[in-house]
Amino acid sequence: MNVRVLLLAIFWANQALTQGFSGLGTEAEGFAMPDPQHVISFPQDHGAHPDFRIEWWYLTATLEGDDGAQYGVQWTLFRSAMRPGEGEGWQSPQVWMGHAAVTSAEEHHVAERLARGGIGQAGVISTPFETFIDDWQMLATGAGLEDMTVRARGADFAYDLALHATGPIVLQGDRGYSVKSPGGQASHYFSQPFYEVSGVVTLPDGPVAVTGQGWLDREWSSQPLAEDQSGWDWFSLSFDTGARLMGFGLRGAALFTSATWIAPDGTPTPYGDGALQLTPLNHVEIEGREVPTEWRVALPVRGVDVTVEALNPQAWMGVSFPYWEGPISIAGSHTGRGYLEMTGY
Amino acid sequence: MALLTLLSHWRRHPGQLVTLMLGLALATALWSGVQAINEEARQSYARAAASVTAQSYDRLVTPDGQPVPMADYIALRRAGWLVSPVIGGHVQIGAERWRLLGIDPLTAPQGILPQAAGESLVDPTAFLTGPGQAFVTPGVNIVSDQREMPNFVPVEGIAPGLILTDLSVAARLLDQQDPSFLTILPDQPAGLPALAEVTSLTRQQPSEDRDLSRLTQSFHLNLTAFGFLSFAVGLFIVHSTIGLAFEQRRPVFRTLRALGLPLGRLVGALMVEVTGIALIAGSVGVFLGYFVAAALLPDVAGTLRSLYGADIGGSLAFRPLWAGVGLLIAMLGAWLSAAQAVWKVARMPLLAPAQPRAWAMASAKGRRWQVAGALALFGTSGVAGATGGSLIAGFLCLGALLLGAALMLPPVVSLILAGLSRMVRGALPEWILADTRQQLPGLSLALMALLLALSANVGVSTMVGSFRQTFLGWLNQRLVSELYVTAASNGQAEEIRAMLAPMVDATLPIAYAESRIAGAPGRVYGVADHATYREYWPMIVSVPHVWDALAAGQVALINEQLSLREGLSPGDPVRLTNGLTLPVGGVYSDYGNPTGQAMIALSLLRDRFDDVQEQRTAIRIDPERRGAVIATLQDRFDLPDGAVVDQERVKQASIDVFDQTFRVTGALNVLTLAVAGFALLASLMTLATMRLPQVAPLWALGQTRARLAWIELGRSLGLVLITWAVALPVGLALAWVLLAVVNVVAFGWRLPMMLFPLDWVRLLGLAVLSSALAAAYPALGLLRMPPAHLLKVFSNER
Repeated sequence: MNVRVLLLAIFWANQALTQGFSGLGTEAEGFAMPDPQHVISFPQDHGAHPDFRIEWWYLTATLEGDDGAQYGVQWTLFRSAMRPGEGEGWQSPQVWMGHAAVTSAEEHHVAERLARGGIGQAGVISTPFETFIDDWQMLATGAGLEDMTVRARGADFAYDLALHATGPIVLQGDRGYSVKSPGGQASHYFSQPFYEVSGVVTLPDGPVAVTGQGWLDREWSSQPLAEDQSGWDWFSLSFDTGARLMGFGLRGAALFTSATWIAPDGTPTPYGDGALQLTPLNHVEIEGREVPTEWRVALPVRGVDVTVEALNPQAWMGVSFPYWEGPISIAGSHTGRGYLEMTGY
Repeated sequence: MALLTLLSHWRRHPGQLVTLMLGLALATALWSGVQAINEEARQSYARAAASVTAQSYDRLVTPDGQPVPMADYIALRRAGWLVSPVIGGHVQIGAERWRLLGIDPLTAPQGILPQAAGESLVDPTAFLTGPGQAFVTPGVNIVSDQREMPNFVPVEGIAPGLILTDLSVAARLLDQQDPSFLTILPDQPAGLPALAEVTSLTRQQPSEDRDLSRLTQSFHLNLTAFGFLSFAVGLFIVHSTIGLAFEQRRPVFRTLRALGLPLGRLVGALMVEVTGIALIAGSVGVFLGYFVAAALLPDVAGTLRSLYGADIGGSLAFRPLWAGVGLLIAMLGAWLSAAQAVWKVARMPLLAPAQPRAWAMASAKGRRWQVAGALALFGTSGVAGATGGSLIAGFLCLGALLLGAALMLPPVVSLILAGLSRMVRGALPEWILADTRQQLPGLSLALMALLLALSANVGVSTMVGSFRQTFLGWLNQRLVSELYVTAASNGQAEEIRAMLAPMVDATLPIAYAESRIAGAPGRVYGVADHATYREYWPMIVSVPHVWDALAAGQVALINEQLSLREGLSPGDPVRLTNGLTLPVGGVYSDYGNPTGQAMIALSLLRDRFDDVQEQRTAIRIDPERRGAVIATLQDRFDLPDGAVVDQERVKQASIDVFDQTFRVTGALNVLTLAVAGFALLASLMTLATMRLPQVAPLWALGQTRARLAWIELGRSLGLVLITWAVALPVGLALAWVLLAVVNVVAFGWRLPMMLFPLDWVRLLGLAVLSSALAAAYPALGLLRMPPAHLLKVFSNER
């Protein structure tokens, strides 16, 4: 057995080995299920929910270096429970996985860390907020999530960033209850899409001072996909107008889309299945897979009709379960920058 | 058609066919058996080297050998260092003691857990949670006891005696939360703080004495040499049988050729025949070889475990490649054996008389060549022995010596017979001697085979015997104390010593610390200044007043292995630990220990080393009072079974280990001798059928058949006696090479050679017995032969 297979199995249920992300659609025995009545409240929902099977703290940032080049940075901590609840020491059923990446037009650096819960190697503290795995961490320097530092390191890269929120936390879906399929699969989901970012990205050629925008996603569930869904395409778009658009499409027997229009002041407007239109325009071949790295994204009800294009189409995350994640540029009815995540290819 | 005609020969001589097949099969069996064992061991080493247990990664350990505090592990991870925790230890499950290794698959280096082709063998949830899963080598049966046991999953590739499981399971079974050590992954992120800034743990390189394949190389070379010897002996059988069969078929060849069969077709048919026989006999041989290997493997495993601490499995896997190579070897051997005979057929003039003549009749010229070849081989052997220093040189020396002796045998026997025939008077004795000389070419191959087997036997048993005798003497010297007590801790040991002090003659702490001696891992022992050591410790060489100097902390004693490896003699400095270098005061013998060792004054050890282990105590006491002391100890201290052992038990355990070590050598010895006996039987049987023309006239002159049979039997025994006499010096030379050259390189100790004449007599008995058995059948045939048969010799005279 290699660790990759093991991890794939841990994070995405055993029978899903060959189908990758579709494993998220399998049964979740004994785990808590997302509840539409649940009222998201802070600071406790910044912390972990060990009774749910899977959870993530997901930061992406689109940055510009003092060398004039564009960069993307990702910092993610996943939590996966092999059974609900916590345990003592090594007996903990919680497994943590960190992914970090730096993307430029030419380069894409990825690192991964794994840890089990219960021993202090990885975890989340809700007040003052801190998530960490090994020496990677996302740490609040003030109250809530307003001001944070984020750092990570791989074999050939490192970054150290400061984040400052200029807007409020945004609840996705129905007050944080985000539906993922016609059958009712759902997750709890909120975001902080208003970070101003500054710091240093260190690449093999040396350190680069960077500034830009960041977007934090928080999501937890036990069964976010339906049986027939094989993966998703997720977009976070920051328009130059100050508005934001979160949208995703879940690929199943039929495409299931969902979107949230976020006004510059942070007021969210959720849109259910069908309002968002996603059309892949151009595919590139990465490791034998056809991955669409150019899309037409349309939300007619808001007058959005844009083309998004990857800064680096080869932004493949070759980790325990591989997926595509990278910065994109936006052109069309709106302009701006954003991040794209594609799984299940 | 030609082939069928040729094959009909075997139908008329089934005995010959059986001999040929058996010879080839036996040769192949022993050769491929040994190869199977070697291959199995190689696989085991490869597996061991690939696993985390082999220390192929650097480790972080505490200086005192205690578990690594969890906080230290977390501090390292939080500083960015990629280290992986391992909880290891021993567990007793039922009657078996297992090595338990708990790893963290999330942080461990890739490829630690077993995998089948592209498929995960592990149910991750089952592996990481609940009772967990544990991998063990297939074929073991673990009887669970009361504790909550993991589910045992048999998996190819796990070292025998090892349970590989998740850290959480190991933590539970060993009741230890903190890692035993941390594995340092080879690839670390850029820009990490220095290790010393993050932790006070000690970085440990993979230790060199675990390089099993290097250590055990000599042992496997040894096995291979034995296998080759057996194969050579087997080929002698094949060669003589094929030669005979070809010789007997000369009329057939002539007739076939005269009938118009082209030479090429005839030779082709013969090659097909030989190949077919080789294929069948080779398959049987490979089959037998598998069983030979399966039967010997437990002994081999035992040997390797006691000599080198190497664990190989006791069960054998069937490998197609190995079987293929075995078949190929059988075929090559058969072709080699048949080459001469086929060559003769190819060159046979078409109209040559078809009269059978004694085959392979050696001319005087041929004999001179033999002598020259033998002398050249002796020369090679001498040069290899003198310049050697490597295992290969040692074995070259051995091989050349053996082959040279074998080549030399027929001329020597002939010379002896010639000498005897000048001494005897009377027609019958003279005839016997003359006839024996006449017979010699036909028997010489078998006698050479016997010589090889006998010499190997003498050599190896002398080596093992010398070793055993030396070892026993050494044990008696070294294990001089009457009782040995192992306490649970240093503190308890101190209490025990304090309590016993007034009751016994002396309490001698056995104190040591793990260290790096002259750069390699080894133990440094501390010894109290006591007459026990001064009187009994087995020194090889030492400076004057060495024990006074030792007690004063001025010198260190080192074991022979260290002395030979590092080239250290008394007076040379040896580095014992950081900041402690002492001159060597003496060298002592230390058999059965593959690593270097040193001894210094007890007080010096306690002063200069951390983590001194002092749980063991040797007790000098009047043997009469042993029982009382044992009772007191067990009464006062809660000592487990085996914590108090008397001298006798320690000695017996050591001797058991020793005997286990050489069991496989003994087994191979017997097998080789058996094959040689069979070679003799084969030769005698074939000769018997050919020798009627020689015997019939004697019968016609009035000798009874019974008398003739006795003469035949006596003649064979005489030849065996001569062979044995030649084998003795050859065997002793062999033993000397083994002891003085091979052992030094292979084990790191030199041994005095001792002679065991009783063994030689026993061997003579065995040789006589096997040759008597071999000769009895043909002699019996002569005894029972109808007179008409003998008469036919005259009527058939061509």
